[in-house]
Parts: sequence; structure tokens; C-alpha cells
Amino acid sequence: MLSGIEIYKYLPRTNCGECGFPTCLAFAMKVAQKQVEISLCPYLSEESREILEAAARPPIRLVTIGKDKKLEVGNETVLFRHEKTFYHQPGLVIRIEDTEPLDNVIQLVNEASDYSVERVGLKLGLDGFALANESKDADSFCKLVQAVHGNSDFPLILMSTEPTTMSRALDKVSQDRPLIHAATRDNWEKMAQLALAHQCPLAVSEPQGLIQLAELTASVNQKGVEDIILDPGSLGLSESVDTLTQLRRLAIKKNYRPLGYPVITFPGDSTNSIEEEAVLAAQYIAKYASVIVLDHFSPGTIYPLLTLRLNIYTDPQKPIQVAAGTYPINDPKETSPLAVTTDFSLTYFSVAGELQSSGLPSWLLVCNTGGLSVLTAWAAGKFTPTQIAKTVKQFDVAAKINHRSIIIPGYVAVIKGELEEELPDWTIMVGPREAMDIGSYLKQKWMTRISH
Amino acid sequence: MSTLEVPTENWAGRVQEVKLGGNGRKSIVVGGESTLPFLHFEGSIPNRPAIAIEIQDIEPGDWSPHLLSAWGDAIKNPVSWAKKAVEYGADLIALRLRSAHPEQENTGAKEAEQVVDKVLNAVDLPLMVLGPEVIEKDNEVLLAISELARGQRIALGNCIDKNYRAIAASCLANGHVAIAKAPNDVNLSKQLNILLHEVGLPLDSILDDPTTGSLGYGLEYTYSVIERLRLACLTGDDMTAVPIICTAGEESWRQKESKAVGGIPTAWGEDEERAITWEALTATTLITAGANIVTLRHPKTVELVKQLSLMNHDIRR
Repeated sequence: MLSGIEIYKYLPRTNCGECGFPTCLAFAMKVAQKQVEISLCPYLSEESREILEAAARPPIRLVTIGKDKKLEVGNETVLFRHEKTFYHQPGLVIRIEDTEPLDNVIQLVNEASDYSVERVGLKLGLDGFALANESKDADSFCKLVQAVHGNSDFPLILMSTEPTTMSRALDKVSQDRPLIHAATRDNWEKMAQLALAHQCPLAVSEPQGLIQLAELTASVNQKGVEDIILDPGSLGLSESVDTLTQLRRLAIKKNYRPLGYPVITFPGDSTNSIEEEAVLAAQYIAKYASVIVLDHFSPGTIYPLLTLRLNIYTDPQKPIQVAAGTYPINDPKETSPLAVTTDFSLTYFSVAGELQSSGLPSWLLVCNTGGLSVLTAWAAGKFTPTQIAKTVKQFDVAAKINHRSIIIPGYVAVIKGELEEELPDWTIMVGPREAMDIGSYLKQKWMTRISH
Repeated sequence: MSTLEVPTENWAGRVQEVKLGGNGRKSIVVGGESTLPFLHFEGSIPNRPAIAIEIQDIEPGDWSPHLLSAWGDAIKNPVSWAKKAVEYGADLIALRLRSAHPEQENTGAKEAEQVVDKVLNAVDLPLMVLGPEVIEKDNEVLLAISELARGQRIALGNCIDKNYRAIAASCLANGHVAIAKAPNDVNLSKQLNILLHEVGLPLDSILDDPTTGSLGYGLEYTYSVIERLRLACLTGDDMTAVPIICTAGEESWRQKESKAVGGIPTAWGEDEERAITWEALTATTLITAGANIVTLRHPKTVELVKQLSLMNHDIRR
């Protein structure tokens, strides 16, 4: 990335103001901060424009697969999530072979397309299908491609190394921008032509090594293909992090163009069971894959993988939090119990989820702690008796209920005494430590309390 | 284009090697790596991550039925449990003295000595002993067994900012390793190492427990804390250069996703498959960040994570 001063050197330095900024230097600074596009300057020489645009290009290209429903991958800027964040979560894609009976395929496609699981208020799901020409027969492949395309709006990856077969499949579905997989050392010229003719992204596959892969992408790029995805070949548990780290470092640290693209991986190719595939896929989520093609669709492993992806791609600088306030759960009345917790989204959704599934009406008071879990917030002095008492008053909780009892999380049982001092008219009840025990706690402690 | 210069780091530091066991028992060494996990192109990884199987001194009443069925009758007493853990491929045994918890049986030093003695005699793997995580009880049982196990180089936990002096002194006197636990913060981990170092405990007798968040419950925090500790160590900060231990099994099996039997959305999938994957993915991610020891609970997870562990080693099999 160029600094403002470096960009300034390429500008006309006339301070004409037509870009909307008073001086060329002011404009250069905004360009360096990526707040405006260099194209706003009408007097830039062709040569300068090329240099500046090349320098502004992200080290890993953003590539889009699919059209209406699309998968965007790449454009990462760091090696470690704590340095900033990871931006585009890897697509989790299910591979289907054209040797499968079509009835089974359609059932799988429907199930996988509809699959959705909710976590911290977000809906998580899969991202596409990879269709493999296992039969080597063009008719079977086209039938599979059409069947899947007709039953799902998911982005597709077309997997055949035979250009004529690929061409036939593209004629059916290229309007929806599938990924072509793959250009190899043997077929790359024809595959590059297809990618250009159909305006589809192209995967470049070269298992021999990174040098050979770079040579091949450079050749494909010279033909005019820009949207490239790298396939470094089948990698096992020992090579996956090793190889993908080399790719990421070359792109980020050396701005090495021939390998500055997202990476596609096939964990099923080097593992022997669904559990092993999940372990390797987990490594790929943590370390640098952009598309992960799975050979198994089973919610028992998909849900953990989607959760891991959500965890790793959470912006470390922005804890996901919910707004402070009083939340009604199961249509509560003035006699319903009141519990208090923090505004860390995971904490909130765990507690709210358990309160809801208990079937009992209740009120949940959420304190502003800057998005910290109960113990962390308490340790940081943001979930103290003073804070809780302040929140009780701020949201006028007393007006919603006819009792004066508040349930605090079991993890902060130690604050009971001090909270009694802060809220002298209230009874402080110590709830369970874990959210999952809330239901039974309410049934035992709250219901018996009412009957007394 | 015949050469490709992959950027490698000239790391100034390396992780301290820590040995457990020995003196008649089997021994293992963890740590010693001069690069990040799995980066075989850059540095050396002389010791693979070790897998500790967690056992408890009393039959756990609240464990998932999937764990109970995997272990069968073995968990009815710590000796049969430890022996079974050896069969299932543990590199070391992590014994949790749960009975000492005031809300359990509130047992004391004597009972702790008895059970540790039995386990030490029953298996020859290195041992890690964890207290009930109530500070007074931790001190009571850990200091007692530290003497009992003198010379066997066991790991003792937890050693926190409130009891580090006592644990460090006892580890020094009896030749053990302290498990220094700090709450998910790079600076607090480092600070505790400095405190331990200042009272004379050498770095080869410390393991860092950065506090583990399981998959879906803060894993990303632990992940980044471990990565930052590792990077600090490799760039030459000695006070972060100790092996890292994560309680992956305990944390993941505490969660609803692992414990639930029925009554959950169908999108969560089959209970046992999900529970085992939850633990395996937690451990996998932590090892990928840089963990040197993971404690696990389910035998199937042990098998899966061991395959991964074998690959994070100079000698890959």
C-alpha cells in the first residue's frame, strides 16, 4: 500500500479542486486511507493511473462465485486475526459426484440448501455445491449440473478437467457464474478461454508445488482471466497449515501477484472418515482456506464447523453485543421472575435461550459491560453491585414487577452482600452458574418461593 | 520463474522444553519448537503436542451419557479409569481431585494422597494433578500430594496469582511443574510467569494454562491469546516462552451442545456425533494456535486429535 505522500507524487499537483478536495495532498491522504477512489482525479496521466491502481489492488483478490446468491472470498489483509480481523469467511460447500443416482442427489441438495441453524441471533448455513465429473461422461455430468441448478439457488463449482465437458455444462448454467474447476497444466489454455467466454471465475490446480502453481496462474492471467482461485492439490494434516501459510505470507508480506488469490481445499481427499474430514476442515477454517469442499453433509459435524467459522471470523475488536435494557421472555407478567446478565451476545443468547425453553415467563435485565461475559465483566469491574443497581434504576425495572427479587448469575455469588446494600428493598437470589441450569433453577427455587 | 522465495521469519526465541515424569516412570517432553505450529518449512518442532486424558477421583455424576458409555465401568474408580486411559492412548493422565470440592465430598489431604498414590502405582505415564479449583482446598490437596510424589515430576494445578508462592515453593522442593492459570489475557499469563520466575521457579518447570474457551463459547479469545503468546515468545520474550496447556475436554463437554440428549433443534444433528466433533474441533483449533498439551475426555476424540498431533512434529508419521 502506498502512503499519502507517495500517491501525491503521481498527482498533477495543480490543486484544481475538481476532485472535491482543496489540494492534491488532501486528496492523496484520503486515497491512502481508502476513503475515496483515485479515479476522482480527472487529470491523472495514463501511466500514473496504472501504477496507482496496481498499488491499490488488494494482496489477495476478492473473487465472487455465483450470481444472485453468491459467495465472496479473498481480500484478506492479515496473517493473524488479532492483527485486525479476517473479512470473508470461507465457503463451506458440499461435493456431489455425477455417479450418484439423481433421486439421492436431489434429496441431498434440498436438505443441504435448506439447512439453517441459529446461533447468537445469526442464521448459519452452507454456501454451495461442487459437482464432480467422476464418471468422465459428459452426459451424466450435464444431467447432474442441470438437476442441482434446477433445485437450488446455491453457487456452483463445476469440476471436470475435460474442456468439452466443461463447455457443455457452462452452456447450461454459466449465467449464474459458477466456479470452473479446474485449469491444469494440460488444459489451461482451453479452460482460460471458457472462463473468458462465459465470464466465470477459474480455479487453477497444480499439485506439484507452489512455483509450478504460480507459473500456471501467471499464464492463465496473461490470457486475461482475473478471477482466479488456487488449488494447491490434496494436502494432509501435516501440509495443510504449512502450505496455506506459505501462500498467505507470499500474498500479504511480498504482495506476490501470481499467488494473490483465494484458496480452495478438499479435506475429504486426504482423510478417511467424516470425523477426520471435519478436523482437517477445522484447520482450514483457522488457517487460510477460502473455499472448503466437504464430502459429507451431516448436521452433527456441519453445525460445529459453522460455529468454528463464526468464532474465527468474529472481529476481535468488536465484541458482538446486545443493547442494555429489560427483555420480556415468554410474555411475562408483574409476578414473573427477574434475572440479570451482561450484554455479551453469547451470554445474552445463552441465558435468553434457556429462559425461553423453560417455558416460564420471565424478565431479563441486560447490563452494559461493553460486551463482556459475566466473569470477565465482573473481573473488569463492569458488572459490579453499583453497575447492576444503576441499571435496575435506569430501566425502571421496578415498574414492571410487583415483587422485589432479582436473580444474579451463580458466577458472581460473591457480590450478593454488596448488592443487598445497593438495593436495600430487594431480595438478591443467586442463580446457577451455567445458563443450561436456569430452567431447573426456576422450577425449584422460583416456583417454591411463590408458593410460600 | 524457477525459484520462489517464501518469506520466513528469523525468530529469536523458542519455546522452553518441559519434561514430565522420569525417574522410573515414563517421561514426555513438551515445547521446544522454534516456529509456529505445523510450519515445517520454517523451523523445528522437536516434540509433538501431548494428549492428556482427564480422569476424576470420584465417579462423575454430571457427565454426558456419551462419555459414560464410552468409558463403561472403568470410571467407577480412578485406578481402573487411569489404566483404561493408558489403553486409549493417553500421553499423560490428568487427575482431577473433584471430591475435595466443598460441594462434593469436601475430602482433604489424606484422601488426595491415597488416590494419587494409587494412580501413580497403577500406571507409569506422567501425571498431572488438578485441584477442585477452590483456592483453600487446592492448596491443601496439592501441597500434600506434591510431597507424596516427590521426584516423579508431576504437574500441579492450578497455580494462580493468589497461591503461586505456595505452589512454586512446593514444586521447587519436590521437583514438580506448576500449571500457571491466568484468565484469557496475554499480559496476565506473562505476569504470572514473571512472579513464578521471581520466586525461583525455573521456566522449565512452568506450563501456562491461558483458560480455555470451548468452541462456540469464547474459543476465539483463547485462540488469539495463544497465538499472541507464541508470537511474543518467538520474537524473544522469555517470560512467555513456556508450553501451553488447554483443558479442551472439560470446557467442551460442559456445553449444552455436548450434554444435550434430545430436546434440541434437528439442525444440531445427531447428539454423539456433534458432541465428539465439538471436543475434537476445540482441541484441533487450540493445537493449530499453539497448544502443547490438550486434556481430553472422549476416547474417540483422543484418537482423532492424536493423528493431528503426530503431524505437528519434525518426525511426521
